[in-house]
Amino acid sequence: MNYFDTDLTTLHEKLVNKELTAEQLTRETLAKIKADNEAINAYITIDDDAAIEAAKAIDAKGINPDNLWAGIPVAVKDNIVTKGLRTTAASKILENFNPIYDATVIEKLRANDVIVIGKTNLDEFAMGGSTETSYFKTTHNPWNLTKVPGGSSGGSAATVSAGGVLAALGTDTGGSIRQPASFTGVVGVKPTYGRVSRWGIIAFGSSLDQVGPFTRTVKDNAALLNLIAGHDEHDMTSSDKEVPDFTAGLDGSVKGMRVALPKEYLGEGVDENVKKAVLDAANTFKELGATVDEVSLPHSKYGIAAYYIISSSEASSNLQRFDGIRYGFRAKDVKNLEDVYVRSRSEGFGDEVKRRIMLGTYSLSAGFYDAYFRKAAEVRTMMINDFKKVFEDHDFIIGPTAPTPAFGIGEDSSDPKKMYMNDVLTVPVNMAGLPGMSLPAGFSNGLPVGLQIIAKPFDEQTLYKAGYAFEQATDFHSKTPEIGGDK
Amino acid sequence: MANEEKIDKAQVEHVASLAKLEFDDADLGKFTTQLGDIMELFNTLSEVDTTDVEPTFSVTDQFNTMREDVAVNSHEKEALLKNAPDTQDGFIRVPAIIDESEGAN
Amino acid sequence: MNFQTTIGLEVHVELKTNSKIFSPSPVEFGDDPNANTNVIDWGYPGVLPTTNKGVVESGIKAALALHAEIEKHNHFDRKNYFYPDNPKAYQITQADKPIAHDGWIEIEVDGEKKKIGIAEMHIEEDAGKNTHNPNGYSFVDLNRQGTPLIEIVSKPDIASPDEAYAYLEALRQRIQFTGVSDVKMEEGSMRVDVNISIRPYGSDKFGTKTELKNLNSFNFVRKGLAFEEKRQQQVLMSGGTIQQETRRFDEATGQTILMRVKEGSDDYRYFPEPDLPALAISDDWIHSIEEAMPEMPGKRRARYVNELGLKDYDAMVLTQTKEMSDFFNETVANGADAKMAANYLMGDVNAYLNDQQVDLQDTKLTPANLAAMIKMISDGTISTKIAKKVFKALTKGEEPVAWVKSKGLVQLSDPAQLQPMIKKIVDDNQQSVDDFKNGKDRAVGYLVGQVMKQTHGQANPKVVNELLMKELNNR
Repeated sequence: MNYFDTDLTTLHEKLVNKELTAEQLTRETLAKIKADNEAINAYITIDDDAAIEAAKAIDAKGINPDNLWAGIPVAVKDNIVTKGLRTTAASKILENFNPIYDATVIEKLRANDVIVIGKTNLDEFAMGGSTETSYFKTTHNPWNLTKVPGGSSGGSAATVSAGGVLAALGTDTGGSIRQPASFTGVVGVKPTYGRVSRWGIIAFGSSLDQVGPFTRTVKDNAALLNLIAGHDEHDMTSSDKEVPDFTAGLDGSVKGMRVALPKEYLGEGVDENVKKAVLDAANTFKELGATVDEVSLPHSKYGIAAYYIISSSEASSNLQRFDGIRYGFRAKDVKNLEDVYVRSRSEGFGDEVKRRIMLGTYSLSAGFYDAYFRKAAEVRTMMINDFKKVFEDHDFIIGPTAPTPAFGIGEDSSDPKKMYMNDVLTVPVNMAGLPGMSLPAGFSNGLPVGLQIIAKPFDEQTLYKAGYAFEQATDFHSKTPEIGGDK
Repeated sequence: MANEEKIDKAQVEHVASLAKLEFDDADLGKFTTQLGDIMELFNTLSEVDTTDVEPTFSVTDQFNTMREDVAVNSHEKEALLKNAPDTQDGFIRVPAIIDESEGAN
Repeated sequence: MNFQTTIGLEVHVELKTNSKIFSPSPVEFGDDPNANTNVIDWGYPGVLPTTNKGVVESGIKAALALHAEIEKHNHFDRKNYFYPDNPKAYQITQADKPIAHDGWIEIEVDGEKKKIGIAEMHIEEDAGKNTHNPNGYSFVDLNRQGTPLIEIVSKPDIASPDEAYAYLEALRQRIQFTGVSDVKMEEGSMRVDVNISIRPYGSDKFGTKTELKNLNSFNFVRKGLAFEEKRQQQVLMSGGTIQQETRRFDEATGQTILMRVKEGSDDYRYFPEPDLPALAISDDWIHSIEEAMPEMPGKRRARYVNELGLKDYDAMVLTQTKEMSDFFNETVANGADAKMAANYLMGDVNAYLNDQQVDLQDTKLTPANLAAMIKMISDGTISTKIAKKVFKALTKGEEPVAWVKSKGLVQLSDPAQLQPMIKKIVDDNQQSVDDFKNGKDRAVGYLVGQVMKQTHGQANPKVVNELLMKELNNR
């Protein structure tokens, strides 16, 4: 089986009507993702036994007809901690790490009878845009196995794209949900900073990180955000704002809405086919009765520099706890305490992680703090003000998610600066804490192209409303990669 | 000031020592070049006039959130120790700490 | 050449809260290693801190006690350094905007009063504990990790080891009166780091500082500083220079010994803690805390003198600790004469505490019982001599009225009972009567002694004396 021809509502009905049991669904899902894993390599750990146990328990209890997610298997990015299930952040330093608590989002999944089927591959500690910096494996794009799935949530994006699961969780610090969603032709949402609890997310950039869903459709995506959103007493930065029903108001209409198209988002370095897809999308919104204005976000071009300073600085501090003392990898044959630190960290982290730690440590160090860290935080304020200004008279912003479609495995990995530039269109959203979505909007040489939609803080409803209208008006989302053609 | 100078090997080694990392000669050269490239990108921020601009260190909408002073013992001691690479008698064990004055408050 | 001395003190005080500053683990000492720890205290991947309101409240109390200005918008910062007892490899502290700044406390040295400024006071988390073992290993216990601390940094106003001593005394006293901490150096709930520099008299440029470690009592602080002051003078006088270094105080010799020379300053890479929203302390909150604050020692001392008629010295002694002062307040509230209560606390009670090496709150003495005993003395029910016995019973937790009754120790003051006894004793001791008539006063003492002997000490000496004199004069 695969998940191409179904959606959450359909599956839920089958489960409620007992046409399908949670156990059957889980077993079939396991078979599919294992079969795909050779070609795609989306998973670091597949949790067969526990998943089947959980499914049996849910069957025994009965599927709650009011709970859309009861008995549905979901994949989880491997930087989200799962009690009793190895969580690695795709790093050697956590190769055998067994968490003793669940992330809040996992607690919520489990409380809603969702089955955690496995842990997906990512760039080590979510640092990267191709899933190539994983210590364990390289994940392949289901649309073209020689291409990257994007990153850092490449495993989650790839498995949803290949029809392995209906939905997956990822994390997004500078585009790590939206960019792989764009590369693999699925819907990925980074919620507003504070919308979803970060408790149990292995921290990368604490002021930027958010958890969000990958799905094939906008509506399913909204339904999954319903499940994981909300204030959490474990995370003081999580918002206490009320969580609306994100699936409400999906009526296909954007009539009268004001859409902004920043000119900076279609500038130099953006692939022609990507530009075309975005301009076509602008037309689609116009045809649906919205107005589209060109606007300016003048500080966008400083986004990459400011983002890499802030995220690397926070990361350098967040990753100091991986020191070989309390958990995780400790180097062998250490002579003294300094050895435990230096060798465990030098052997345990990969090059990209080391680069970020070095950049961050440098940016915070004596004599450089004002020129780098503080300066970046000031530029961040200006970026936020740019968005505020646009949102004064617009409901949402559209643009490309990534400058190009998926690139080849190994193509960019030797040039970190070039790799960083790929994030130019996604990082501003994290810097401002805004909600952002990527959804299928076209193809370039057989590879999916994503449209990015950006809304005001805590206005995910507009994101979903606009995304749903676009999805209904187009058929890009119904295209599936060949790898899943074996149904 | 600091902006204009390109990072050199000695600086990279100093930063590595702060971060408890070490590089062999080949990696040191590679990292020095790469970091230098990226720092050049970082230096473009000096073009932005941020006079009178307050820095943003967090975008949370929360303010003044606090927890009541109630103690809860999670009784996780055994589970925690199980994950530690080296333990003895309920302690985490590490190679001897030589310089007692290093710890700071 | 004459020198002037500048001393800086950084004092860490452990706050007495139920839970840790950023995790709900209990703040308790003496338990098995790592028994009071959770994933937050271990800095597990994915955990986040949560701020304990009780800690912020205690911080405000301490700030008020130090006459400091409260920073209404303050936040936490990360201080990055690797150490086995520092599980996240950063300490959450306040660097950029501490909760309070610009305070002062008053000290008194040789009768002269002086205000010592407080530069800033911040709240932060304590580290765990490393213990060292000769077999090549160190052991880490994270029970203390996350215990709330306040750090109080003095301005460069302290000019002598004696002033440093007086500052610490005053600081301890004021903090202790707020009730936020036990402030005991011997138990580690108060820790002191000191630095000292000297410069030629009149020079406006500070000299190079040295830091002193291992100062485990106020006395050692004073001794260590005095030694270091003299050492620096000798170095400068002999044409040498002071190095920026850390020195260790040796309790056995009273000297300071070089530990390490500081090369530049440490690079802690402070930055604002992104996991914790900024704090906004409202005036209302400050006022409600202020209103609930216990009366500070200076106010109490004045009240004891002005309203209760105590001598200033006695009032000062009674307000040295909050326990003693609270005990005194309650004893008086229970109806005891203030001066007698003061005398008992400074006399018998203090002697008992010294003898037993215990703190007042750890004894069975209660203000109600002490007051009851004092009232029995005042109304003549017991003699001060009997009171010695009663006090012993108080230390065992006895209720004095019932105890005196059960032991039959009520003082004999009734002349009808004493008169016949006295008459008989005088009759039986004609020699003493003769002596008395011959002007030998000690005969009276002998006769009183006989009465006391017969009454097992229970006769009221005042009444006995009166009756005896009357009897003798009648002969």
